[in-house]
Amino acid sequence: MSQHTAGLAIETAGLVKTFGETRAVDGVDLAVPTGTVYGVLGPNGAGKTTTVKMLATLLRPDGGQAHVFGHDVVREADAVRGLVSLTGQYASVDEDLTGAENLVLLARLLGHAKKPARERAAQLLEAFGLTDAAAKQVKHYSGGMRRRIDIAASILSTPDLLFLDEPTTGLDPRSRNQVWDIVRAVVAQGTTVLLTTQYLDEADQLASRIAVIDRGKVIAEGTKGELKASVGAGSVHLRLRDAEQRPQAAEVLSRVLDAQVQQDPDPVALTARLAAASGDTAAEQAARALSELARTGITVDNFSLGQPSLDEVFLALTGHDTQADDAVKNEVAA
Amino acid sequence: MSTVTTKETQDLAPVRTDSLAALLVAKERPPRPSAWSASLTFGWRAILKIKHVPEQLFDVTAFPIMMVLMYTYLFGGALAGSPEEYIQFLLPGILVMSVVMITMYTGVSVNTDIEKGVFDRFRSLPIWRPSTMVGYLLGDALRYTIASVVMLTVGMILGYRPDGGFLGVVAGIALLVVFSFAFSWIWTMFGLLLRTEKSVMGVSMMVIFPLTFLSNVFVDPRTMPGWLQAFVNNSPVTHLASAVRGLMAGDWPAAEVAWSLGWAGLFVLVFGPVTMRLYNRK
Repeated sequence: MSQHTAGLAIETAGLVKTFGETRAVDGVDLAVPTGTVYGVLGPNGAGKTTTVKMLATLLRPDGGQAHVFGHDVVREADAVRGLVSLTGQYASVDEDLTGAENLVLLARLLGHAKKPARERAAQLLEAFGLTDAAAKQVKHYSGGMRRRIDIAASILSTPDLLFLDEPTTGLDPRSRNQVWDIVRAVVAQGTTVLLTTQYLDEADQLASRIAVIDRGKVIAEGTKGELKASVGAGSVHLRLRDAEQRPQAAEVLSRVLDAQVQQDPDPVALTARLAAASGDTAAEQAARALSELARTGITVDNFSLGQPSLDEVFLALTGHDTQADDAVKNEVAA
Repeated sequence: MSTVTTKETQDLAPVRTDSLAALLVAKERPPRPSAWSASLTFGWRAILKIKHVPEQLFDVTAFPIMMVLMYTYLFGGALAGSPEEYIQFLLPGILVMSVVMITMYTGVSVNTDIEKGVFDRFRSLPIWRPSTMVGYLLGDALRYTIASVVMLTVGMILGYRPDGGFLGVVAGIALLVVFSFAFSWIWTMFGLLLRTEKSVMGVSMMVIFPLTFLSNVFVDPRTMPGWLQAFVNNSPVTHLASAVRGLMAGDWPAAEVAWSLGWAGLFVLVFGPVTMRLYNRK
């Protein structure tokens, strides 16, 4: 309690979890302000889920400390459980039961009496557009429906802190947008959300602060703006009409944008990575480049503006990309 | 498969964030459920699972019927002169044996269930920790009761006549269900301890076969060699079979009932805490 800083929903210091030889979480420090969405961004196996499990009292840390609203996750686990809700990476509802049964079951376990439990379940099913599927077993739900029932189960009693562990992994874009809407609605009511994700885009959409985690360590932390500035503003992809104009176009781009220009395998395509330091937005920079190209007489068939990808973030922050670990493993195996 | 999923997603009603917001407006939380209430809720979960997958009642209906028929006609003529006479002795014993054997499915279902995501949710709830396991066993107690009633019915058809009457029979079944509930904590422990369903099954067989066969269920232990008598006469299954036999015969055998309950208490005291330790670490 003594180390607790007011206004923080989560505070960890040097959190460690080892599985045999592997240090899954290797000294994580987090400070999550109350009432915000905090994004934890990282590739598979970075330690995101393990961190969440420790904070939700499912795993005991092997080192360091973690407090949730000032309660120690080990010594005051029960108090922590009373404040948090967990939506795991895989649907954490009972697949053999129907959607309605799941919600009533969990509402009863949260202390609601029979009638209010049924009412609350019905209201949530309605709000989540699941009324028609209420009497179907969850194992027959689509991926999007599972996510919804899963999140509905987490807000049967409005939690003070909601853990969303990769809530949109494996969802189609439409279902993903709907999950985002739900998250925004939950936060708007004052719940703090800890969101783990593999997608920069998702963290960008929802989170106000982001921690980038890799190999069990936080390698960058800050607001979205700070994080993006550290990796560049994105890149411009161009397709020219005439392959012969490419060298000239590359020269124009690197002059106007002060950017690294890469000539793609496709003879008419090239990519310029935009500099982060420029005060202009990526769109402004691209517009400037296009008008300069037009003035020089280079015909552009097609162009697109790419956000920095997670791979680029990783490359910029760690010097290795998200696949590097797998590549090493494959080499060892081969 | 993927086309079906896509179609379903498109047919889904939209999320109504306005009514969602209204639902989320911080309400006062209800007080935590009591240990008993949480356990009953988990028991309700077990019953819902039976409702959705009624095939799982096969082991408490078909298996016990098979046991009664098989042993009555297999041993009846040789051991007691006729199956009708033998069943007077056998039925309470075979009842005990079958139900105690059925308890081992608890370990398998705990083992397969615990790997699922829903357990993470249960373990993150502010409830009495053992209630998840107690709920399992309450659901199983219902299964044991069904098995007992099925066997008793078959026995009555074959000519079993309990002298203890309705009360004696109910007391016998009640004792058996209480004992089995307590005994099942061994299986919850193995269910959490062992990694695969198969290994749980294997270990369960190793425990259950000697424990149930090396008892007074089929024959009077006096014909056994001394070293075996020493084991059989002190086995919890022997005490339980004698107690149930006595209760159903209307004898009210206080000592055997006390022994059975004593063993039951010991099982809970030893294997309950071990189960919970494993559950908390899982």
